[in-house]
Amino acid sequence: MTYEGAALEAAGLDMKYGRSSNHVLRDCSFRLPTGRICALVGANGAGKSTLLALASGLLRPAEGTIRMLGGTPAEVRERFAYVAQSKPLFPQLTVAETLRLGAELNPRRWDQAAAERIAYNDGPEPGARIRKLSGGQRTRVALALAFGKRAELLLLDEPMADLDPLARQRLTGALMAETVEHGTTIVMSSHVIAELEGACDYLFLLGSGRMRLAGECDEILAAHRRLTGMQGEFGQHTVIEERGAGRGRTALVRPNGDTDAGSWDVEEPSLEEVLLAHLRNPDAPDLRTRSATPAPRLEAAV
Amino acid sequence: MIEFRIDRRSGVATYLQIVQQTKQALRLGLLEPGDRLPTAREVVEATAINPNTVLKAYRELEREGLVEARRGLGTFVRKSLVGAATGSPLGRELTEWMRRAHTTGLDRESVAALFQAALDEEFPEGEQ
Repeated sequence: MTYEGAALEAAGLDMKYGRSSNHVLRDCSFRLPTGRICALVGANGAGKSTLLALASGLLRPAEGTIRMLGGTPAEVRERFAYVAQSKPLFPQLTVAETLRLGAELNPRRWDQAAAERIAYNDGPEPGARIRKLSGGQRTRVALALAFGKRAELLLLDEPMADLDPLARQRLTGALMAETVEHGTTIVMSSHVIAELEGACDYLFLLGSGRMRLAGECDEILAAHRRLTGMQGEFGQHTVIEERGAGRGRTALVRPNGDTDAGSWDVEEPSLEEVLLAHLRNPDAPDLRTRSATPAPRLEAAV
Repeated sequence: MIEFRIDRRSGVATYLQIVQQTKQALRLGLLEPGDRLPTAREVVEATAINPNTVLKAYRELEREGLVEARRGLGTFVRKSLVGAATGSPLGRELTEWMRRAHTTGLDRESVAALFQAALDEEFPEGEQ
């Protein structure tokens, strides 16, 4: 089997904090092809931040392997960037000084023009001190550092949480524009599904410690249908969620075979519908597309 | 330059919205042969959608012979669709049909339903 390159690949990840018997991640395996913009979604406490911290090498998994850009996180440190939810920056520096620090710390890779495009477009003045910035402006500066570094993989933890809707739209637009030329891979976590739907072409749904859905948004959508009809049951199809609809029943299913065979009204669900149905039904079976499945050698290494 | 409006709630796939808006602009004469479409970078910067979505839309328009990509220069309109629109004989017949529907006492929703049913029968979904 041949694979296009993987930006991020993990097998058998296991993680818990302290002596708690609660595993945040448990036998979590996934793969992200390069050049994708991936939404990492899940309920509060599902382990989104833990997963990103593991990928960045800030945390070490109790068990399992994680590979990025063909190496371990430590080996490829120069080529990826991680922006934590708290957007850590030096409060006493100005924006311009912060960017200069970025340039000094990444001497061979730094792209000042890209950093300035993200930092200053309807953002703060170069001379403004970080501690005086609004949450949204801090977000811009933190992302500017990540882009200035010319990272091939960006790990962004709730990047847009501090932003108003207009600033979100502008900053997402700026991120997408930067990725056009460089084919940057992005993973961004969020629980606002709608904001990710247009920008992302790949999806990870984290729940119960594992990847419940993983793959191309198109393929995940294509694997689900909403069936509505008078029949009480939905035949051979895998039911994710069902409820009454007047005198009949309606269900979100993963079709096994032809959906025209029954006398149902067949609709294509939206991505948000699919995600919410899975969040409400933790026992629904997992779905991982081919490109989201780690290479056998990685699984064998566990 | 045309600017695309993306409506996430419309239920129409994002790439199709770009295709449809381009065709509408071609029908209305807002875009003519030789005009340049915005680059993928310009579109994603303005709309915050995924770059691959724009490329998919442009490939579709190219496949239909409406635009062409010129290496290093951009994507340009090849063909006009003016004439397929309101002023044409077909357009006039449709207006006349609407008028008859109106005088027989049909309301707007019933006319829309009739039109949609005929449209679906003649142009099944998924067919280009």
